[in-house]
Amino acid sequence: MTYTNEIKDVIDGADVALFMKGTPQFVMCGNSDRALQALRRAGASVTTVDVLADPQIRQDLSAISGWPTIPQVFVKGELVGGADIVEELERSGELETTLRSKLGDDYGAALDEKTISLVGAV
Amino acid sequence: MTAVEPLKQLLAGAFPDATELDVVDRTGGGDHFQVAVTSASLEGLSLVEQHRRVYEALAGPLADGSIHELRIKTRGSA
Repeated sequence: MTYTNEIKDVIDGADVALFMKGTPQFVMCGNSDRALQALRRAGASVTTVDVLADPQIRQDLSAISGWPTIPQVFVKGELVGGADIVEELERSGELETTLRSKLGDDYGAALDEKTISLVGAV
Repeated sequence: MTAVEPLKQLLAGAFPDATELDVVDRTGGGDHFQVAVTSASLEGLSLVEQHRRVYEALAGPLADGSIHELRIKTRGSA
């Protein structure tokens, strides 16, 4: 069993995808929280996936992205990085610039946070 | 023998020209690390590509679980 297609659907379909440990309501890792909070401060509507729901999710995700650690942030299908990069981009102002250029100037107009569960979808 | 030294050696091998190469055991538990690398070989690369180079250098300990958490700070030549 593999989640590859479901993960790709999220990466390609969500404006901002955050693969994290836990959910925004119950974050299970400090680095996942750092990424989530930086994205929220930038006004991004984040679609989150809990990789702890099944160890296979993380394995398939890293095979797709070539990125070994969690969290992983994607904007319009492109890997932006993990918590360190997202925070660094926030500090330099590039996070908002990236969101604006990829999603349009009004990307933060309506905050719409979503959580997608991959388990049961396969 | 600390947990830091083997990681430093891997990074030194991957970034022989590094002007800064630091590994800190953040919790003292030997599996949460903060890594800082400044190297001319990172110059001009995106942050994603810079971090990928660090991940590649530390692929072994990342895969076998001896690194549980890794924080990375990279810079092109200062």
